[in-house]
Amino acid sequence: MLRIADKTFNSRLLLGSGKFASPQLMQQAVAASNCQLVTLALKRLELDKPQDDLLSPLKAMNVQLLPNTSGAKTAKEAVFAAELAREALQTHWLKLEIHPDARYLMPDPIETLLAAEQLVKRGFVVLPYCSADPVLCKRLEQVGCAAVMPLGAAIGSNQGLQTRAMLEIIIEQATVPVIIDAGLGAPSHAAAAMELGAAAVLVNTAIASSDNPVAMAHAFALAVEAGHSAFTAGLAHHNNQAIASSPFTDFLAAL
Amino acid sequence: MIAVADITTSYDGGFIAQWQHQNWQQLQLYSRSFSAIQVQHALQKQQLNLSDLQTLLSPAAAPFLPQLANKAQLLTRQRFGRTVQLFAPLYLSNLCANECTYCGFSLSQKVKRRTLTTAEVEQECRAIKAMGIDQVLLVSGEHERKVGIDYFCQILPVVRRHFSQVQLEVQPLSTDDYRRLKQAGVDAVMLYQETYNQLAYQQYHLKGKKSDIHWRIDAPDRVGRAGIDKIGLGILLGLTDWRTDAIILAQHIRYLQKHYWQSRFSLSVPRIRPCSGGATVANPISDKELIQLICAFRLFAPELEISLSTRESAQFRQHVVPLAISSISAGSKTQPGGYSVEPENLEQFSIDDNRSPQQVAEALLRQGLQPVWKDWEPFLGRA
Repeated sequence: MLRIADKTFNSRLLLGSGKFASPQLMQQAVAASNCQLVTLALKRLELDKPQDDLLSPLKAMNVQLLPNTSGAKTAKEAVFAAELAREALQTHWLKLEIHPDARYLMPDPIETLLAAEQLVKRGFVVLPYCSADPVLCKRLEQVGCAAVMPLGAAIGSNQGLQTRAMLEIIIEQATVPVIIDAGLGAPSHAAAAMELGAAAVLVNTAIASSDNPVAMAHAFALAVEAGHSAFTAGLAHHNNQAIASSPFTDFLAAL
Repeated sequence: MIAVADITTSYDGGFIAQWQHQNWQQLQLYSRSFSAIQVQHALQKQQLNLSDLQTLLSPAAAPFLPQLANKAQLLTRQRFGRTVQLFAPLYLSNLCANECTYCGFSLSQKVKRRTLTTAEVEQECRAIKAMGIDQVLLVSGEHERKVGIDYFCQILPVVRRHFSQVQLEVQPLSTDDYRRLKQAGVDAVMLYQETYNQLAYQQYHLKGKKSDIHWRIDAPDRVGRAGIDKIGLGILLGLTDWRTDAIILAQHIRYLQKHYWQSRFSLSVPRIRPCSGGATVANPISDKELIQLICAFRLFAPELEISLSTRESAQFRQHVVPLAISSISAGSKTQPGGYSVEPENLEQFSIDDNRSPQQVAEALLRQGLQPVWKDWEPFLGRA
């Protein structure tokens, strides 16, 4: 079970709702993934429409909505977006995203930390998208974030765990769930992230841009489960240090 | 070998300093000097430099159009997903103090002139909204005195109330004016250079402020300094050698991306359309060449937003949009008051795709592309 703040989830896969070819495909992919947490951009919401392409199909499903602040370039804008989202969606859960870098959409560590601190004080459950920086992740934890969401690679890059060495430190040190966000382009990347000990992963582009997003969502779900099971079981190279019996252990025993 | 000049790191001079060092003739000659092997090499690269782009724009790349289009489509899906943004233009005024030989709004054109009042702007906004459109592009001729910064600041609060995103395509303004516009609610500024060829530029732009090529080339730097979220660049295809114009445009984009890293960039590559001025096209670009141009830019800059206007036919748009396009206009009227106030007036150029936004959206969905009506909030980008 994945526990974030006061909620538990059976699935360790989070989905993004953008980039799908149609609202129906998005719905089917979410269903096929068994995911229970779906993020959606506040800037995409059309609240004056009785039936829109994003919120309406998600509301019809039994998932926890995780509005995000995509588009915000500063802490101030992100806090404003968060308040709008809380009012519109009646949830205090928030994926904090501040990426002022227009080309690679890299998160701004300084503004993210500032915003996170304010949002926690305002009563939000804050899940910040951030760089794979171990110190930043500890600082985000200290200001009260419910999880941290370091990137595996640039958003939408499908490059996998480019930040692996830093992620290992982050996971080892964390006292909140570490959710690997961004860059996971294949189920094998998701499995690898879970094998490292990530609490969960978030995927969008790799599923939405696939020729068969429903099958791909299912594949990611299986990979996340497999990776997590492997981590729980303990990977071979993690526990092969203690060698059962050998001439050397006999020698040691005799000392 | 005369390769395309490197991006300098100089800041103060703006892009114009770099542009002044370009030798158009040499670039044009060089643009034809590539081989099929070089094209294949460029097609296989992950990150393309300006020289790779030149290769893909060259005549040698023409036989590789299917491969180029295939790669462009993959990159477009990766960056933008299976979605396309929809917007519509709102023509505010056809007053113009410029004389441009290809344009139906030119000073000497005997057309009925009008500038929408604030009430009329509101009426047009309502008509556009009624079509389902939520992202608007404000357009005007260039008349500094009557349709200048004060006019824009007067109508913007009205427009802002109706739309989630407001883009502006008007005469180049000063940095201070762009700062005011940012505050007043402009999210994006489009500044089409038409051409970077100084000689050709002077032949097409005879009178008015627009004949000052320096003021225009420097304008995207001014928008960047003002911190506006999105900067739109483009060239008008048909004026001169498109390959050379395209490579200088690419240099311009790269320069701006480095210096104004918080701004997004969009590209528009309109072809000259017949207008009431009876323009003849001196350097036409074929359909295939236009596709080559668009797809080559996608490989060069996967993050670039590329739009395609209703100047192109529904059939052309249907085939090209899935390859590399991230936003399209729909239901467009290209005259002030065209939606509701006075629908019979003259157009700036003729429209080739007359489908309604709903029809365009349905066609997109049939192609496996989701129309995106809204992707911004008025409070974003004001700080």
